[in-house]
Amino acid sequence: MNIGQSIIEALETLNGNKLRSGLTILGIVIGVGAVIAMLAIGQGAQDTITGAISGIGTNLLFVSSGNQVQDVRNPKPLTMSDAQAITDPFAAPDVMAIAPIIQGSGDVTSGGQTMRVSVTGTTPEYFIMQNYSLIEGDFLTQDNLQGNASAAVIGPGIADKLFSRRNGVVGETIRINGQPFHIVGLLESKGGGAFGSQDDQVIVPFTTAQTRLIHRSVLNEVDVLYVQAVSAKAVPQATDEVKQILRQRHRTPVGVDDFTVFSQADFLTIATTVTGVFTIFLGGIAGISLLVGGIGIMNIMLVSVTERTREIGLRKALGARKRDILIQFLIESSMLSLIGGMIGILLGWFLGFIVGKIAAASGNPFNPAISLNAILLATLFSAAVGLFFGIYPANRAAGLEPVEALRYE
Amino acid sequence: MAKEWVILAEDLMKVYQMGEVDVRALAGVSVRIERGEVVSIMGPSGSGKSTLMNILGCLDLPTSGKYILDGEAVETLNDDQLADIRNRKVGFIFQSFNLLSRTTALNNVELPLRYSGKVPNRRERARIALESVGLGDRTLHRPTELSGGQQQRVAIARALVNDPAIIMADEPTGNLDSKVGKEILDLLLALNRDKGTTLIIVTHDPAIAAQTQRIIHLRDGLIEEKK
Repeated sequence: MNIGQSIIEALETLNGNKLRSGLTILGIVIGVGAVIAMLAIGQGAQDTITGAISGIGTNLLFVSSGNQVQDVRNPKPLTMSDAQAITDPFAAPDVMAIAPIIQGSGDVTSGGQTMRVSVTGTTPEYFIMQNYSLIEGDFLTQDNLQGNASAAVIGPGIADKLFSRRNGVVGETIRINGQPFHIVGLLESKGGGAFGSQDDQVIVPFTTAQTRLIHRSVLNEVDVLYVQAVSAKAVPQATDEVKQILRQRHRTPVGVDDFTVFSQADFLTIATTVTGVFTIFLGGIAGISLLVGGIGIMNIMLVSVTERTREIGLRKALGARKRDILIQFLIESSMLSLIGGMIGILLGWFLGFIVGKIAAASGNPFNPAISLNAILLATLFSAAVGLFFGIYPANRAAGLEPVEALRYE
Repeated sequence: MAKEWVILAEDLMKVYQMGEVDVRALAGVSVRIERGEVVSIMGPSGSGKSTLMNILGCLDLPTSGKYILDGEAVETLNDDQLADIRNRKVGFIFQSFNLLSRTTALNNVELPLRYSGKVPNRRERARIALESVGLGDRTLHRPTELSGGQQQRVAIARALVNDPAIIMADEPTGNLDSKVGKEILDLLLALNRDKGTTLIIVTHDPAIAAQTQRIIHLRDGLIEEKK
């Protein structure tokens, strides 16, 4: 019996019991749909997160105090003088610019409205490194920095909340932790990034921040040092240079640093690992529903074999070999799972699309990505489920004795 | 002229295990049937006639004894070879027709050919077989759209389609009223007359048996032959 004909016959048989076939297929549809949707959402999340990290700039290094791998006794804090040492073009030729960061939170008040925001004290280089653009006004200037100026650049989220508008905000006065600041610039929206919304932040000169807003025990202490390498290629050399300078300045024994240099590539690796695990986890849960769908196939095929015992006996009387019966039932179960798989891919794509829309509507644009791999995986897996769960019933059918089967009522 | 034996069975025994007891369904039956003969097998229920038919039709193997069907020694064959013998040499007609209700008469008749490997013109052969039982205009009807007599004709066409050496009919008129039953029997006898098909009819109806050339009476797994 040739395969094409067997497939047609299997479809006729399944068509003869539409409701039952439909429900069995539904089990697979839900299973495959869930797997596809979950993989797509996981992939979409990964794309968004890695995109956000890449948006930081590919040639950035982050230096912070302390060692996250090994224990170090009394790590020395990073200071402005460390920062200045790194700018030395002879000691660190691959470093283009640095921006020291001091970070805290504060209450911003204007016109009776109060808002809790993150406050960043930094230098003008920060704006270039972060690729910020302005709706109006200017970034902080070198003068602001040297003059300890009460100048602030604010994110659009703050403008929305405090002033309910995004124009003519520059020149207004706000109070940060009760102290008056001039708004000199309004940032363009960057949306929610991997590190929380950047739209709800206030950026002030480093000097102003450390004297008036964020107090640290050590003078000129820096929380994080942003270092920009001359190019993405120069990141490893820049990392080495920064480490060398800091080891010298902190007088740390060879091998144990009391600081950590992190590159954007490191972030990417971690984020990819995390989202990868997340995707596998989601896919695994969805896979369970596919397994349940497979058991549904097995169940219905067993019923079908019992119901059609006489038919099997007849076919054997007419000359069907064991193999013919086996193939017939395997094709039926694979058809169930294959049809279910195809509809499931559509369903999964649709679910992913809906989730993407919901995410976009709630302000976190993210595109669920259905990869060809996911489709192939789901198709193969569902066909395998059909075959695997079809084998037992089909074997049972093939093993029936023709005499017994014909006598079956 | 030398006789040509289609069925040569020597001392067939069939023993079933029913719990602790061995039941001898056939206790040494020898049957010889010539090509072109019409033979009926009669006997009360439990006499072993179904068992004999199953063995002669290669659906089952005897516990012991020799059986040669159309030149092939059946008792040495494995499952697949038996399936092949059933396919090529035996045509079955059942009391309850046993047609596939999901599909057309033509597909039902074609079914044995599908299990025969590569057969050219399957459709055409199935159509010719249906025409030969007078159902040339019903090829695309499903069994549920046909009367009992018509269904049994489809089953006869299915039995004929592979030109088997023997046709085994198990109570072929048992589910039909007497008028239709007679038509079916006449059709079978006509096939024997026109094509020389060897016919074995299992029945308990003496009127049917009377129309065959020879009657094999079975009782308690043994033959009481009356010519």
